[in-house]
Amino acid sequence: MAGHATKEIDAATLWGGKVSPFSTSYGKLMMWFFLVSDALTFGGLLVAYGFTRHDAQDAWPIGEETFNSLPFLGHGYPLMYVALMTFILIVSSVTMVLAVEAGHRMDKRGVIKWMIATIIGGFFFVGSQAWEWYHFIHGSEFGKVELADGSQAIVKGHFGEIENFEVIEAGHHHKKGEKITEDLMHEFQHAAAGGHINGGVITLHDGTKAMIHKKADEHMELIVKKDGKKYSVGDRIEGKDAEKMYYDAIYGGTANKVIYGANLEQNEYGPQQYGQFFFFITGFHGFHVFSGVVINIIIMIGVVMGIYHKRGHYEMVEKTGLYWHFVDLVWVFVFTFFYLV
Amino acid sequence: MERDDIIEYSLDAHHDEEHGKKVRATIWKVTAILTAITILEVMLGVYIKQGSGAWPFVKWSFIILTLLKAAYIVLVFMHLGDERKSLKYVILVPYILFMVYLIFICLMEALKIGNTWMTYGG
Repeated sequence: MAGHATKEIDAATLWGGKVSPFSTSYGKLMMWFFLVSDALTFGGLLVAYGFTRHDAQDAWPIGEETFNSLPFLGHGYPLMYVALMTFILIVSSVTMVLAVEAGHRMDKRGVIKWMIATIIGGFFFVGSQAWEWYHFIHGSEFGKVELADGSQAIVKGHFGEIENFEVIEAGHHHKKGEKITEDLMHEFQHAAAGGHINGGVITLHDGTKAMIHKKADEHMELIVKKDGKKYSVGDRIEGKDAEKMYYDAIYGGTANKVIYGANLEQNEYGPQQYGQFFFFITGFHGFHVFSGVVINIIIMIGVVMGIYHKRGHYEMVEKTGLYWHFVDLVWVFVFTFFYLV
Repeated sequence: MERDDIIEYSLDAHHDEEHGKKVRATIWKVTAILTAITILEVMLGVYIKQGSGAWPFVKWSFIILTLLKAAYIVLVFMHLGDERKSLKYVILVPYILFMVYLIFICLMEALKIGNTWMTYGG
């Protein structure tokens, strides 16, 4: 029966390797199918993120509190950096679609020009993401602090600069009375996290004890992110009270009262899973951007060598373009659900 | 090796300079729209704090604006809008149906689990 039916339908109606019902080439169709499967992966990751976030509710960090730095300008610019990254990626998507358009006109020089622009945009984005990760991993100057009642709070405000450590008890490398002025912030954070600061006295690696001379902090505000006996999630403590509670915690000589930055086990911004999702989702996306740049470079070499011109069409540029736009598309969603909402 | 029984769809995509001008005009228009939406999103994010009265409205604006951006990218930049209807729907419909279902089921579940923890401790 089936064999009989096959004879009745002419080749134009039946695909049979000749006419595509989608009126598109095999390569492009397969690229679309791949993109749908990749979109399912990212969709799954973002839904998992949404699941954890709705589960944790108020304890989840707020984008504008977490990401507020700009290169050379420091902190206090909420969302500006990621907005810039988003803009870079949108622009590189535009240059890609212009390369595809040039390909449709068989304009080889145009394709090369716009593909170079796209590749530069891709490198800029990957570089920006490296900077973003660097900041996320190193964290703020204050860190996240565990208060006396067991609650945990993130800290906003301006950290007063550390001027020097004045040695009061000699160790291996430093003499009494010496003023240490190097690597202060790093030593300070390391000692604070390890519980090596007692009163205003810091104990360094080599056993040296020193007084901390530090300018006063300004506008300090504690925002509670984990319930304790007295404070609960969302409470805000300001001014002198905040300063007293903060320094009681980190100058108490007890380890693990403060967390700086982020790693896979803990982070200063919110629940453990927040850091893990950040690393996985932005990392997986960054990996896509990087592969996209590599694929774009390979295709551009083909364009320069004239392979596609000889072939009579620039469909390879169109296919790599599809992938590149997809990377941009994913970022649009990551941007909204990680940084804005 | 040349086979004349296979249609080269890849050649259909060619267009002349005049048509190219129109395509480029569309591209620049969409660029402007995407940039404007991004700027609007960042402004909303910077000036309206989470937890304020207007927040639920802002949150839904973010989601709608994001979907709008996605639609422009997929339909114009990826040219899915110019493809045949059959291809357009094969790509979009199953994916969107599945995602809507997954988002609904997972977020509902998460809220219930969160409330259970809040009620019974953890």
